[in-house]
Amino acid sequence: MRALFRGFRGRALLVAAVVALTAAPAAGCGPGGGDPAGRTVLTVGLFGSFGYEEAGLYDAYTRLHPDVVIKQTSIQRNENYYPQLLTHLVSDSGLADVQAVEAINIAEVTATQADRLEDLGRAPGVRRADFLPWKWRQATTRDGRTVGLGTDIGPQAVCYRKDLFARAGLPTDRDAVGRLWAGDWRRYLGTGKRYRDRAPAGTSFVDSASGVLSAITGGSARRYYDEDGTVVYKSNPAVREAWDIAAAFATEGLTARLQQFTPSWDQAYANGTFATVSCPAWMLGYIEDKAGPAAEDVWDVAAAPRPANWGGSFLVVPKSGRHRAEAARLAAWLTAPAQQARLFERRGSFPSASAAHALPAVAGARHPYFGDAPIGRIFTRAARGVPVTILGPKDLVIAQNLADVGMLQVDQRGRRPEDGWDAAVRTIDNALDL
Amino acid sequence: MLSGTTAPVSGPRAERTARRGRTHRWAARWSPYAYLAPFFVFFAAFGLFPLLYTGWASLHRVELTAPTDMEWVGLRNYSRLLTDEFFWNALRNTVTIGLMSTVPQLLMALGIAHLLHHRLRGSTFFRVVALTPYATSVAAATLVFVLLFGRDFGLVNWALGLAGADPVDWQNGRWTSQFAVSTIVIWRWTGYNALIYLAALQAVPGELYESAALDGASRWRQFAHVTVPSLRPTILFTCVVSTIGATQLFGEPLLFNGSAGATGGSDHQFQTLGLYLYEQGWVNLHLGRASAIAWAMFLILLLAGAVVALAGAYRRRTG
Repeated sequence: MRALFRGFRGRALLVAAVVALTAAPAAGCGPGGGDPAGRTVLTVGLFGSFGYEEAGLYDAYTRLHPDVVIKQTSIQRNENYYPQLLTHLVSDSGLADVQAVEAINIAEVTATQADRLEDLGRAPGVRRADFLPWKWRQATTRDGRTVGLGTDIGPQAVCYRKDLFARAGLPTDRDAVGRLWAGDWRRYLGTGKRYRDRAPAGTSFVDSASGVLSAITGGSARRYYDEDGTVVYKSNPAVREAWDIAAAFATEGLTARLQQFTPSWDQAYANGTFATVSCPAWMLGYIEDKAGPAAEDVWDVAAAPRPANWGGSFLVVPKSGRHRAEAARLAAWLTAPAQQARLFERRGSFPSASAAHALPAVAGARHPYFGDAPIGRIFTRAARGVPVTILGPKDLVIAQNLADVGMLQVDQRGRRPEDGWDAAVRTIDNALDL
Repeated sequence: MLSGTTAPVSGPRAERTARRGRTHRWAARWSPYAYLAPFFVFFAAFGLFPLLYTGWASLHRVELTAPTDMEWVGLRNYSRLLTDEFFWNALRNTVTIGLMSTVPQLLMALGIAHLLHHRLRGSTFFRVVALTPYATSVAAATLVFVLLFGRDFGLVNWALGLAGADPVDWQNGRWTSQFAVSTIVIWRWTGYNALIYLAALQAVPGELYESAALDGASRWRQFAHVTVPSLRPTILFTCVVSTIGATQLFGEPLLFNGSAGATGGSDHQFQTLGLYLYEQGWVNLHLGRASAIAWAMFLILLLAGAVVALAGAYRRRTG
């Protein structure tokens, strides 16, 4: 090392190294101006797979606007994406021109970051009447600024394996399957017991108790917060009822004792060890990926016991961007009914633009992988019945700890449901305490 | 250092020589600092400032949603740690995982270094093999280990099944999960430590071994009475580095959770201090509380260092 810095060449090297170290991050974070051809470069920051690129939406947009180039970055999991987005927002640096926000975080973003975001409600090309009213309201501040435009929503169905149902002596036709549990999650539990009694060896009725919990809580208007913004999950009978039913799946031995979105869950799809899973529209693509071509036409989609919503996202435009008007125009176009319909057709993300629901691309959509299931009809009907859930800033923390601490203890460690509940409450109390 | 070259001559020439001498002395005296300056500039920017700022933040209530709104709370973030069951749980886990990973790791490293030191066919090959895990990314390695320790389709349970044992739910048991996390740490760092030991071993004079062999010492007695005493400073160094690493253990337990968050298992059974810090700061968004945990970790390390130093001083005085 000493030799390296001796003499002129050494010093020059040192200076070069220092310059490189200090300049490189600056160049990396610097706001993108135009590309060499003078076109405007718009950056889009996403999590998971939105499918804009895959569905050809960027290409279509740049054909309409030849002066624009779109660059997308994506982080796989929202748990990693969201803290980074918050950090970038509060430090006003490193942001993309358009950023995505998951529905479970939108209340916190709207409540705490609205000053740093553009009011898209007034952006040209945005028609409030196109969107589901509740989706619109979720990203609207108290003083009436709409900082996020809805992309998709997550109306739920139940995905099931026809082969396992047949071997357990249950009907396999999707309408008959839907009738098994129509109207009540307890009938879904009852079907599970019927399945268990004649279950093919090595299989379970449902993937996880936590999945059932998310599905049921997604169907109540009042969940973790009340209208005044008070945390009420502890005393909310709807949450307790959901907890009890989901825990019964675990104590009755109906689950494969898995945790969703982990490698073992993926393996279980490939190996076909569970017969049903509550699936929001956006999960169909995931199942297709993990279950693979071997399970084509094995899986099918039936209506959920009760309409419920899980997930969905928004697009926001940070004020610190250099091309705010262009970014707002892009966000408005990406969330317009025609584009949302196309995304559903190609990727299965269900439109939050109600104006898209009647379009043939949505209403008549069938999914070839799931036995040509009429997913347009199933999810449109589910979306129509979804209650308007009251969201709160800490929804993610509450939901995650109920599922990944409390219910997971009941499901995987065999804890009593009351003990699992207490463990979840202790963790949530600790997390919510400033 | 070049100095004292000035002869007792007068006149302008002597003046110039004297001035040049002074300049030279000045340069000789201060240039080492100039060479070191880049390090200190970077250390101040990326080491010292964050350290001090974290300390300042730990005395405030501050949320990631608005890091500039700081509300003074004094030592409350520290005092609440005393009654925080999750903090103590994380501290316990950090200590047990630290012991379960560091002790076997260093013992095995010592053994491997001893074997590699003696003539072994293809020793370069084994040295490269020893360093391979260290060169692997934590994320990639841990994902493989998650699959190996899988409950339903894991290779370890498959092997146990062949041996007639029941499958183990590695992730859900307190000890099984900590064992699995420790395995990842051991796998990654044993070879690295072995090479450090090997480097130190090669500085041990061969005559010591020769004379020990002449005196009829077995391989094992040579190891115990020649190798270990000669390596004492190196062993101390690896212990210190491993202890620091164990205290900050983060990536392995985070990813062992199958990328399902920073809880460290449904019962926080393998949540380390680093993981709890991350959960408080970037999941629960409480930067003040996270900063207090960071400083608590720092203080724990200082405390451990002080205990070791005192024990050493005591032993020197009595021994």
